[in-house]
Amino acid sequence: MVPPPPFTEGIFPCSECHKEMRPNPTRRELKDEHADIQLKNHAEKERWCLDCHDMKNRDKLRLVSGEQIDFTESYRLCGQCHGDKYRDWRSGIHGKRTGQWNGKKQYLLCAHCHNPHNPRFKELQPMPPPMRPENIR
Amino acid sequence: MSDREEHDEHVFRLTRRKALKGLALGIGTMVLPAKDASASVWDSFFQKNFRELSRPERQKILARLEKEYSATYKKSVRVKDTPSPEGVLFGYGLDLSRCVGCRRCVYGCVTENNQSRDPQVHWIKVLRLSKERGVDLEHSEQYYNPATVPQEGYFYMPVQCQQCENPPCTKVCPVQATWKETDGIVVVDYNWCIGCRYCMAACPYGARHFNWKAPGLPAGEMNPETHYLGNRPRPVGVVEKCTFCMQRTREPDGKYPACVEVCPVGARKFGNLLDPTSEIRNVIENKRVFILKEDLNTQPKFYYFYSV
Amino acid sequence: MQKVWAFVQGCFLLLRKGSKLYYAWVFSLLVLIAIGVVAYANQLYNGLIVTAMRDQVSWGFYISNFTFTVGVAAAAILLVIPAYVYDWEPIKEIAILGELVAVSAMVVCLLFVTVDIGRPDRFWHLIPKIGILNFPQSLLAWDVVVLNTYLVLNFGIASYMLYSYYYRREPNMKYVFPLLMFSIPAAISIHTVTAFLYNGLAARPFWNASILAPRFLASAFCSGPAGMILMFQVVRKWTNIEIKDKAIFKIAELIAYAMFINLFLLGAEIFKEYYSDTVHLAPVKYLYQGLGGHSDLVSFIWTATIFNLTAFFLFLIPQTRENYVTLNIGCVLMFIGVFIEKGMGLVIPGFVPDVLGDFYEYSPTGTEILVSIGIWATGLLVFTLLLRIAVPIMNGDFHVGEDGVKPHIGDQLFFVRKRVAVEDEDLYSP
Repeated sequence: MVPPPPFTEGIFPCSECHKEMRPNPTRRELKDEHADIQLKNHAEKERWCLDCHDMKNRDKLRLVSGEQIDFTESYRLCGQCHGDKYRDWRSGIHGKRTGQWNGKKQYLLCAHCHNPHNPRFKELQPMPPPMRPENIR
Repeated sequence: MSDREEHDEHVFRLTRRKALKGLALGIGTMVLPAKDASASVWDSFFQKNFRELSRPERQKILARLEKEYSATYKKSVRVKDTPSPEGVLFGYGLDLSRCVGCRRCVYGCVTENNQSRDPQVHWIKVLRLSKERGVDLEHSEQYYNPATVPQEGYFYMPVQCQQCENPPCTKVCPVQATWKETDGIVVVDYNWCIGCRYCMAACPYGARHFNWKAPGLPAGEMNPETHYLGNRPRPVGVVEKCTFCMQRTREPDGKYPACVEVCPVGARKFGNLLDPTSEIRNVIENKRVFILKEDLNTQPKFYYFYSV
Repeated sequence: MQKVWAFVQGCFLLLRKGSKLYYAWVFSLLVLIAIGVVAYANQLYNGLIVTAMRDQVSWGFYISNFTFTVGVAAAAILLVIPAYVYDWEPIKEIAILGELVAVSAMVVCLLFVTVDIGRPDRFWHLIPKIGILNFPQSLLAWDVVVLNTYLVLNFGIASYMLYSYYYRREPNMKYVFPLLMFSIPAAISIHTVTAFLYNGLAARPFWNASILAPRFLASAFCSGPAGMILMFQVVRKWTNIEIKDKAIFKIAELIAYAMFINLFLLGAEIFKEYYSDTVHLAPVKYLYQGLGGHSDLVSFIWTATIFNLTAFFLFLIPQTRENYVTLNIGCVLMFIGVFIEKGMGLVIPGFVPDVLGDFYEYSPTGTEILVSIGIWATGLLVFTLLLRIAVPIMNGDFHVGEDGVKPHIGDQLFFVRKRVAVEDEDLYSP
């Protein structure tokens, strides 16, 4: 019932490419396929891809404890640092739920709203303002 | 109801009906085009207050409305009268620390609830407030229109019907055309409202809206899933308001209100206040909650809160 | 019963008789009414969108006029009290005119409510038993009750008395006196209830002041009687009725007291708002100073304030009170002053800024003004026709004939220029 995590079309499973590649643990600017991935407003000095993505199995995420988890469970990863948000999310306060108020709900994952590499919420174009009463005729 | 009471009720109804017929004949011959008036015009003219209708009378009215609307909007329209669910008191939460003021809720509501497009009717008003001043309504702005939101230095407060536990609007209605249901939703019988607008003067939240003109609702955009007390098309000259999307929320599959579903930041929370495990109870019990115009003792069931 | 029917027939016979001026006057009122009816038909057809009212300002010129005319209807008790409580002869002679003013003002006031509602076809929903009158919960239901009571009461008293005079006998005071006494609290109740209608709304701080009902009463005892003083002079000049100067000056004196109380209460309200300087000051500021660049009402309210103050002094000082030029200036100023203050000056600031802080500057549309003119003309027509019957009866020019059935009509003209030499037959000369 959790909608699939929002991947760029056609890049999952990661192992499709990474299976053939040798993991390169050096910190560097990403080129080629992942040139668009840049950490922003997300402790970019302190963090690096392999803090969260498992080095050996690229189809999994990796918790600090070393446990490998699926992308569908990414909230556990985020929750390691954002404990308060994680707690609020689990109780339905943070984030969005759809479905039934009295039954089955769909939960959005953190990554549905926040780009994990650049998590600040994107600004939106607002819908048109209401008409002023003098223009309602 | 005892037999006696039932009998009295019956007699009362009959005499009332007689009186009505007399009156209608009088007025009708003067005012209305008697010959070409279709039967449904008369039926709706004589229609009683919704709360006084018997089960079969209700069925008849709903069928008549469905027929009328289906013909007007060229699609199969359903008009439900689903009653308040047992053991439910609806509550709403709005996260002021999340809302970005994008007005998706405003238009989501318009679409779901068949609001008039022209002249424009919006049940939700989004106020832009400066962080410096806080909730100072006199300095609020509804007509903001930047390229993107949120804007630096501002926060946003959508206002809609607060479904007060102590509603000042229902008290003032001279004909009891509006009332609070047991699930806490304040409703209007659009076929009983006389359009005096006293409720609009009484509402501290600007939540009631008047049909100054016959509502303009394009057939293609009409939502055919309707409730008699909720989002069915409204006639000219009556007051309307938010009903927490009762056509969705009162159904057994209890869908969230349209504004909750459409909110891109998940700032809107909805649920049963009587259920200790509901999101809304969680919000009230654990977050800083703010009630709009608390001093007026309207006791809203609409809770503004700060999640951070 | 037959006698009543004969009286009614006589009245209709009388209504058709009159001078050219009478016909011209009635005809021009009918023209204004027709214009009003056309404007109202347009409103019925298109909806209230043809008014300037919108969700932000949901009551406007109609309800302003309604509020003001409820006040005008008070005129009656300013005559009833001196006439019957204090048995003061000069006013007793004309007390019936006060009741007719009340009847006409009530008609106007009920019409203003009627044109304001969105679904006049559902008017029957207000009738108890047939519809549902939300009494005693809704103050509007109270208003329906007291306004109609007051209308019926005044109409009943006046028509019974006129009926008695028509049959040349004294009205039986055993019946009339209690009704007259009851009309005093009834008059107070129409104002109080109308004030409470606004007063009870916590959403609108401008109205939510307990001083509102006293203010209503005080200003009501200014506007109605001021209009009546003007009317008395017209009536005694153009018809065959005597109204003593003494009576007029006494009413003017009572107005001065009422105006003093009105100004005092207003001052008390203004002080409280400005000194405490809460968020509730906004509507008062909007009204008197303008707020956030919105100042449509400022010039109106200051006009009203200056008019009321000037009129107050004109009525207070005996020399100006008893000089017809200054007295009439005072009456006009006061009528206009209270019309603004109790009308637009009371209703609109309740909505500006609106409950969410939005500013919408309301000013009535042509339709609203035309409909209102039509309603005022209806009131004047009702009053004229009532006078047409009342004046000859009071003069003894209209009564039952010798045979006890046919009416005797001694006054065929009604509207004539009195105190004009008999040879001057031209009724239209200035």
